[in-house]
Amino acid sequence: MNSFTYTRADSVEHAVDERVAETGARFIAGGTNLLDLMKETVEKPSRLIDITRLPMTSITETIEGGLRLGALVTNADTAYNKRVQERYPLLSQAILAGASPQLRNMATNGGNLMQRTRCYYFYDAATPCNKRQPGSGCSAIEGFNRIHAILGTHLFDQEGRALEPQCIATHPSDMCVALAALEAVVQVTGKYGERTIPFAEFHRLPGNTPHIDNALEPDELITAIDLPPNGFADNHMYLKLRDRASYAFALVSVAAGLELDGDTITNARIALGGVAHKPWRKPEAEALLVGKPTTQESFQAAADALLAGAQGYGANTFKIELAKRAIVRALGQAAKLEPTE
Amino acid sequence: MSQVIGKPINRVDGRDKVTGKAKYAAEFQVPGLAYGYVVSGTIAKGKITRIDTSEALSLDGVLQVFTHENRPRLAWFDISYKDQDAPPGSPFRPLQDATIKYSGQPIALVVAETFEVARYAASLIRVEYKEEPHETSLEANLHRARPQKHGVADLLKPPPPKPKGDFNTVYEESPVKMYGRYSHAAEHHNPMELFASTVVYEKGGKKPKLTIYDKTQGVTNSILYVSQVFDIPFKNIRVLSPYMGGGFGSGLRPQYQLFMAVMASLELKRSVRVTLTRQQMFTFGHRPATVQNVAISASADGAMNALYHDARGETSRFEDYTEIVTNWGGMLYPPENVTQDYKLVPLDVYTPLDMRAPGGVTGISALEIAVDELAYELGMDPLELRLKNYTDLDHNSQKPFSSKELRACFQQGAERFGWSKRQFEPRSMRKGHNLIGWGMATGIWEANQMPARAEAALLVNGKLWVSSATADIGTGTYTIMTQIAADALGVPMEDVLFKLGDSDFPVAPISGGSWTAATVGMAVHSACEAVGKSLLELAKKLAGSPFKGAKWEDIEFADRQLRLKREPTTAVSLQTLVDLNGGKAVRETSTGLPNALKQKDYARATHSAAFVEVMVDEDLGTVKVTRAVSAIAAGRILNPKTARSQILGGMVWGISKALHEESILDHNVGRFMNHNLAEYHVSVNADIHDLDVIFVEENDTIVNPLGIKGVGEIGIVAMPAAVANAIFHATGKRVRDLPITLDRLI
Repeated sequence: MNSFTYTRADSVEHAVDERVAETGARFIAGGTNLLDLMKETVEKPSRLIDITRLPMTSITETIEGGLRLGALVTNADTAYNKRVQERYPLLSQAILAGASPQLRNMATNGGNLMQRTRCYYFYDAATPCNKRQPGSGCSAIEGFNRIHAILGTHLFDQEGRALEPQCIATHPSDMCVALAALEAVVQVTGKYGERTIPFAEFHRLPGNTPHIDNALEPDELITAIDLPPNGFADNHMYLKLRDRASYAFALVSVAAGLELDGDTITNARIALGGVAHKPWRKPEAEALLVGKPTTQESFQAAADALLAGAQGYGANTFKIELAKRAIVRALGQAAKLEPTE
Repeated sequence: MSQVIGKPINRVDGRDKVTGKAKYAAEFQVPGLAYGYVVSGTIAKGKITRIDTSEALSLDGVLQVFTHENRPRLAWFDISYKDQDAPPGSPFRPLQDATIKYSGQPIALVVAETFEVARYAASLIRVEYKEEPHETSLEANLHRARPQKHGVADLLKPPPPKPKGDFNTVYEESPVKMYGRYSHAAEHHNPMELFASTVVYEKGGKKPKLTIYDKTQGVTNSILYVSQVFDIPFKNIRVLSPYMGGGFGSGLRPQYQLFMAVMASLELKRSVRVTLTRQQMFTFGHRPATVQNVAISASADGAMNALYHDARGETSRFEDYTEIVTNWGGMLYPPENVTQDYKLVPLDVYTPLDMRAPGGVTGISALEIAVDELAYELGMDPLELRLKNYTDLDHNSQKPFSSKELRACFQQGAERFGWSKRQFEPRSMRKGHNLIGWGMATGIWEANQMPARAEAALLVNGKLWVSSATADIGTGTYTIMTQIAADALGVPMEDVLFKLGDSDFPVAPISGGSWTAATVGMAVHSACEAVGKSLLELAKKLAGSPFKGAKWEDIEFADRQLRLKREPTTAVSLQTLVDLNGGKAVRETSTGLPNALKQKDYARATHSAAFVEVMVDEDLGTVKVTRAVSAIAAGRILNPKTARSQILGGMVWGISKALHEESILDHNVGRFMNHNLAEYHVSVNADIHDLDVIFVEENDTIVNPLGIKGVGEIGIVAMPAAVANAIFHATGKRVRDLPITLDRLI
């Protein structure tokens, strides 16, 4: 771990100012990921700006009828919040599928969005990694990639010709998969003031700059996450498939929300975790479900559409079929055709 | 006269452990302690061409950086580096030269005033390498398999016996046969406690005095290693390891942090601690990846007539780590035509190391899946097939077992599990998307006893002090030795103070191989008997002693008294007797020796039968072990509570091995990549459901007078195959490669 300076911010403006003043500065809240990365010398911040005293610690109603989740509310407090449980059970379910109780007690909502990939090679400075060290290469593509991405890794040149992918890391969050399905909005504050980022635009695909995980500018701080009024509370499912029953990242996860009129689907959201550099959504695939009956055939068609263009790299190729089956299952569970166990 | 042996007594060290009073190697604080941090190499094979430590050395608080370029001169010959568990070959010597033998090799030690400075300085060391092509893949190098080199290790790990009969012909001509190829990945022990050594330095005469707190399964092993490598007499070294946060075999050899800490301490002439990181816990011994072939044939009635079992295990380029993988079939089953074969494939990895039931769980996992496959070829219930081929003889040695209550394990285990309700056909049970399956397997492990010494002293206050330089690696050694001592001299548990993990105590072997209970138990028993005999002599000196003509056989110890067996009211208190000893404790040291004469005509082993229920999601491939029963025949159970915990731990690990555990080697970089506990998956609480343990009665007067066989290993042995067989019964899919992750089932 490197030496660093520690600052405790007493206001959002103060935090942002500190961040602007020093390129190597990083915000720290729960630290559940950043401290690990520092010990592995993947992150070497020159300054840690402690934001835990900032007033972003509550869950409040929005004017639109949704909920605003403070960036500093812990994952545990969010998952067990009564209003979240009642109106956004999909989110609660997703958070509780992740990490361990100890980690969820420390980890904050803002930090959950900012956590970095758990790609083995990203963590191990002995191996090349374009995300850790741009231009050094990707060890995972030819290496052990069982936990890696199958979607959104392609690169194309200006003529549309396929190029070598630069990074096949996945975003590890469960919470973010639910937030993507719910179309949450991220509230951020930077040196030029506040702005909002739709969730689908918050995380990004690796492209030629895999070292950049998201759309946040270096001077910006996440202050809250807004949930729109529709929480798909009646018909939802977060299904997570992993290598053991707890404390493992998703091989594939599905956040599904449906609105039904009898047996007919009137609205559908599907987001996938564990398959791409960001929570994966495809509105065309969701649109295929609208007006359709809640049948295996409808679900299968949506699953096929969501996985269109997926590419395996050897050890992770199984994820393509697994993801389709998981989508069909999760939609069936959301439609209450199947038990959720 | 058993008062406490056989009772489910709580751990005597339990309170100290849960209150934090029990201290581990990295927790001993001494003034002026310096901290070492190991720098790990990043390539799998080649040479260090340049190592630049200048930036690290320039930091405030850095005391020294040790590399191969400036390390002190040390013992020259390999023999000095050989520890008690060293396989044939040339032991790894940290910082020996510029050669890189495996990825993660320790290449430097930074010593600083604080751990944090040492760690930061380590990140500033610049290393340049000249890489050479490496080979880390067992599968890609199977053609290089060769027989093991021979050495002292053969005594405990004999190569497979010579083939007998004519496997090829009989197998060819048999009406029913199976063949399967089985594999499993490397696994790392990953005890919760990180490896650490705290070396306390004191000026001595010609040589300094070192007190070393080491994480080890044998303080004797550590003191031997330090003395030989650094040329310091035993009397100047004391090694202590009172507690261990898990070992599982990883502490059977001195690990490199011990070398580093002692070297730094001697050079800097001050106390030094070196603690490894979790990542570095993946840079020494591991359970070797192994590929096996098994073929079994039978006559139409299910009688096995031919068995073939071969194994190819990885080892390092510098030592031949061997384990018994393929001998078990000949010990469990009676076919007349048997070929068992074991070969090694040297790779650019560190030498593998014994891990709980080394070789046993490896070989039995393949063998017992194979037997299940044969049952399905025969159309015969898997338990019935095992009963059909039941034998009381070890067919490798042609000796009968000293005791073998495996039949009782089958009966009691099957009954508890409800095996009789099982339908033979796979995919015969279902609940929604979940296919349910029942599987079983047999387990076997050796019941060994080694020589060991112990001291017992009846103190002037009437308390009994007992010690031996053995280890309690979390198994309950403190407790069972207290029980044995208490019963031997008829005193209550609270009168006994049993101490271990100190090289000043009478010598005991490394604690492994399930032999500690029998080995140290017999030494403790023997030392207490010796004290008892001295007490009898004292009793004879009493005025008008009623014990004058009494022989050893005529007396017994109970209720803090020595008394006549035929007339228990004729008794004298132990306190009275020790008071006669001129103000001194009655102290005896004794050796517990295996009775080779009695043992030589018998094979000695523990046995088990495991029954497992799984639920497998038909579409998603997820597996849940909903319940498991293990029936164990392991001689006399000294403490059913600690023994049960041992078996439960073995069962959990068996499930973990079957479904989760795998150290993933990336052969491009020749490096284990999932080197942390988030990505190296062991079963967690949510994976473990209903576990049940049965100890069947087994009386054995041949293994040792107390009838102890040991339970450290037997709990894991049968579990992986039972899980795999249950998955087959659920799904109809035969998976022969462990771990059975969901991608192998969809």
